This record gives sequence, C-alpha cells and structure tokens, in this order.
Amino acid sequence: MSSTDVAPDAPEAPEQSSLRSGGRRFGDTLFSTLSVGSGILIFVTLALVAIFLTAESMPAFRESKELAGIFGTADPAFSLIGGVAPYIFGTVLAALIALVIAIPVSIGIALFISHYAPRRMAAGLGYMIDLLAAVPSVVYGLWGGVWLVPRLEPLYVFLNQTLVWPSWVPLVPSGEAIIPLFAGDPTAPMRNLASAAVVLAVMILPIITAMAREVFLQVPRLQEEAALALGATRFEVVKTVVLPFGRSGVVAASMLGLGRALGETMAVLMILAPGATFSWHILEVGMHNTIAANIASKQAESSGADMSYLIYTGLVLFVLTFIINAIARWIVSRTTVKG
Amino acid sequence: MAAPQPITVEDLNIYYGDFLAVEDVNVTIQPRSVTALIGPSGCGKSTFLRTLNRMHEVIPGAYAKGTVEINGENIYAQGVDPVNVRRRVGMVFQKANPFPTMSIRDNVLAGVKLNNRRISKRDADELVESSLKGANLWNEVKDRLDKPGMGLSGGQQQRLCIARTIAVRPEVVLMDEPCSALDPISTLAIEDLIHELKDNYTIVIVTHNMQQASRVSDRTGFFNIAGTGKPGHLIEFDDTEKMFTNPENKQTEDYISGRFG
Ligand SMILES: Nc1ncnc2c1ncn2[C@@H]1O[C@H](COP(=O)(O)OP(=O)(O)OP(=O)(O)O)[C@@H](O)[C@H]1O
Ligand SMILES: [Mg+2]
Repeated sequence: MSSTDVAPDAPEAPEQSSLRSGGRRFGDTLFSTLSVGSGILIFVTLALVAIFLTAESMPAFRESKELAGIFGTADPAFSLIGGVAPYIFGTVLAALIALVIAIPVSIGIALFISHYAPRRMAAGLGYMIDLLAAVPSVVYGLWGGVWLVPRLEPLYVFLNQTLVWPSWVPLVPSGEAIIPLFAGDPTAPMRNLASAAVVLAVMILPIITAMAREVFLQVPRLQEEAALALGATRFEVVKTVVLPFGRSGVVAASMLGLGRALGETMAVLMILAPGATFSWHILEVGMHNTIAANIASKQAESSGADMSYLIYTGLVLFVLTFIINAIARWIVSRTTVKG
Repeated sequence: MAAPQPITVEDLNIYYGDFLAVEDVNVTIQPRSVTALIGPSGCGKSTFLRTLNRMHEVIPGAYAKGTVEINGENIYAQGVDPVNVRRRVGMVFQKANPFPTMSIRDNVLAGVKLNNRRISKRDADELVESSLKGANLWNEVKDRLDKPGMGLSGGQQQRLCIARTIAVRPEVVLMDEPCSALDPISTLAIEDLIHELKDNYTIVIVTHNMQQASRVSDRTGFFNIAGTGKPGHLIEFDDTEKMFTNPENKQTEDYISGRFG
C-alpha cells in the first residue's frame, strides 16, 4: 500500500506509516473549498445588499429633519422616524395577525397528516400543502381581492356590530366592539388590514405546516409508545409527547412564516387600500400599509430624493427582518429541549 | 381488591399483515408471580408480550386472533378499548424512555395525570414518593425531583420508567428485556426490584439472559422458531426450576444448555 500515490503533493516520505496520508484528499479539498466559498458568497451578498441600501439612502438622510444638523441641510423634506413608523406598524401588525391565524391551523393540519390521517391520505395532503406553497403571490393577491374580500364582509360586520358589549353589562362602553381590534367604522369593499392578514395567513400556512409536519414525524417512536403504554389516548400522546417534542420546531417554522409575511408585497398591494396611521382598528379601510407594499406602489413614479427615501424604508425593512430573526433564534435556543 | 386471577391466553395467533409471527399460544400466567419468556432472537417473544396489553396494535398491519383473559375479561372482546387495557397492563421497554421534557416528578405522575387528570398536590407528593420508593429510586433522586428525568443514569432512568408504570397501579407489568442496556450493578438493582414487585403485581419479563430468568422468575416459557419465515411457538412452559434442571422438551434442553438448532 502506498499512500504517496493518493497525495502527490505530500513531501516524499517513504518511511512514513502507510496508514497516514500525506495530504488532504482531492475530493475533500474540493468539497470544503466549495462549501466555504458558498458560505462566503452568502455573507458577501448580504453585505452588498446592506451597503447598497445604506449608500442609496444617503440623499434621504441628507434631506431628513433628524440628520439635518449633521449635514447642514437648510430645508429638510423627510422625517426618518415619523415617515416610516406607520408603515412599520402596519407591517408588523399584519404579519402578527397572519401568524395568529396561521399557527393553530398549521399545527392542526400538520398533526392530522403526521398522526391521524391514514397513510395514503397523509401523502396526498402533504403534496397539496407543498403545492400551495408554490402558488405565486400575485395569484393569492387576485384571489384575495376578487373572491375573498367580499366573502369576509359578513364576518367583519358580525365582529364589528354584533360582537359588542350589551347595555346591561355595567362599566363597559355599551355598543362598542368587545374586542377593540374590531372596533371602528368599516366600509365595503373591505380592503382593510384584516383582509390582507387573512391572505398572508393563507400564504404562510404551507411553510409552517410543512416544517411542523417534519418535526412531528421525527418524534421518537419509543416516546410515543411510552405514553401509549401508560394508557394515553391518541390526543394525550399528542399532548404529552408530540407537541413538547415539536415545540422548538414549530417556533422556528413560525418565524420563517413571519419573515415571509413581513416581506410579502404583491398580495398586500393588491388587497389593501393604503393609509398611514397607527390605528388598531384592523377592519377600517384606508388606515394601514406595509413597508414592502408602499415601496412597490410608489417606486415607479419616484426619483431623486423621493426614490432615496423609498430605499431608506427598504433598509428599515431589512433591519426589521434581521431583528425579528434574531429574536426568533433566541426564542428557539431557549425552548429547545435536549434529549 | 378481589383475589387476583390468572392471565389466560387461548389459541392466540399474531400476524404482521400476512405474516404469521406467533402461532397458537395457549398458556396460563399465574398472578402475583414473575413469568420469564426466553428463546432465540426473532421467535416472537416481544410480539407475544405486546399482545398482552394490545401494544402491537400501534404497528400498522399487526393484529392478533384468539383470546387473552385478564381478570376474567377478554381484552380482545368487541368494544374493549385498548386504552383501558393499557391502564391495567403497564409496560417497561428495552431502552429506558422517560419523557425528555419532564422532570423526574412529572415523569412519575405522567400516567396518573392521563388517567384521572386532577390530583391534589398532597396526593401527588405521596404518590411520587411511594412509586419511587417502590422502584428503589427514592433515595437517589429525592433531592432533585424537579430536575429532568433525562439527567439520570441509564439504570436510574429504567427504574424511573418502572416507577412511572407502577404509579398508575396496574395489575400486570410487562417488561421487554429491561436490563439489556444496563451494567451488572443496575441489572441487579432491577432484579431485586422485580422480586419485591411480585407481591403486588403480575410480572411478565422477556430476557435473553438465562441466569436472569432463573434468578427472578417463578415460571418460564420457552419460545422457538423452526426457521426464518416460520411462526414462533411456545414450546414449553413450566416452573422455572424444572425448566432449567429437567425440561421435558429436547429443544428447551438444547437451548438452555447452549446447544442451538
Ligand atoms: N413491526 C414488525 N413488522 C413486521 N414484522 C415484524 C415486526 N416486528 C417483528 N416482526 C417479526 O416478527 C417476528 C418476531 O419478532 P419479535 O420482535 O417478536 O422477536 P423477539 O423474540 O422479540 O426477538 P428478539 O429477541 O431479537 O427481541 C420476527 O420474524 C420479526 O421479523
Ligand atoms: Mg424482542
């Protein structure tokens, strides 16, 4: 056996033990170079995007009230905080409502696929979920705007006008919505934040479901048998074993969905009648907008400093996504169970 | 409690889909005693054991035909809920499997919380103590009941699983090679425990360790298989002492004396 054949670049060492190879094997080297290279590439791309956003935002910084002192601007046109804050509010609110709707439904579907459905049905359902993930967002936008919005109207009317405090309950504003989010004065067509959030929920549902299903399928068989042998019903197995095991995976999946919801543009643009307030009344029309939809709607007719301001809002979205991802990682690391 | 009755198995055939894994078992297992099941690998000991609390049903395609009477009730009769069967017939597995997300205390209480949901803190404390004492684990863990069960050694984890099983007060405890992953000291601890448990429980244990079978059991059943793809049979079932000194069947004698085939 001659190790020097395998490693031609190793120094000649005939006395060397035949078990040692003088240098790294070619395949290993190639593979590690490629993978390190891809890692660096991702990093560089991210850095380039950040640099681009920051550099292109400079004109807006220069024209801003907040930084006017530094740049010596005479007549500032923008407010860096006040201008974008309502859009941050709208973006986060829509994404959170979408999550609140999507998470329970996703967990339900994922559990059904992993633990309740007969095998063939589970496969079909899983396939359908994957398909749902592949539908382009413009299609969701069309569907949401044309089909869903009119059909949500009765629900909104119910939440807004029927789910109100009755007059015989003391110490409450009688006649007002019991859930303050549904208060206000909604008017048809219901192109409000709630509709946008419902469509966002439908869009992130497949992502969360697919990931949750994977985690639920990985629950060790022995754990489930332990619960069954104690006399657990199927639901109790899910409660005592499957959900605790899958918790960190579900959190991670939700965060992925949240990321998607924060950045989703087309569907929101096509559904939401825009506004720029901090209103909690998600049924009222023309009150909210998201950063992404705002950029998409304005970028065609913007130029110069206005364009720069839009790019600055893009930078804010970029940072926002980073912050939320960091929080998500922190949550996952805290809830991960060992064993 | 009424006088315990034996477990009566009649004409039991166990299938995995089309494959007949165990054929025609007829046996009576005495209550409040230890019954060991021995035999070569693949002869159907685990399969048979799991049919005593219908745990085989969690494997897709697995089913059993015949009757198993526990306390005079056929657990395969129509309308019998396997969940109720398993509450009366507990099981300890080859590999210790405490619930990883739960503390030692919650592990012991896991089955009880399933069975009748509400239990006062005082009753719970008492039950945790008595179950852990029953599993000879109390002294080792009494100061860290709120620590995760996974933090224990393998042998302690297995005793925790036994504590969890006896906490629901079953009538029967099934054990499938409970010591095969343990060192000799932990093995002895569990064998001692089995000795004590038989005062209150009917115990059926599968083991590959012939010394263990002769040490812990009152009666022994020998399973064998004619060849791969053939069903396993219960060849001989008798008092342990007789099985290990003077078995009736040639196959049993060969197996026990280490001559296979
Ligand atoms: N899940 C399963 N699906 C199909 N066949 C199975 C399954 N489990 C076991 N079998 C088959 O049933 C027969 C008996 O298996 P079993 O596990 O009961 O043997 P065993 O006596 O417990 O063996 P060991 O001593 O190795 O644990 C074997 O032929 C095995 O291949
Ligand atoms: Mg086995």
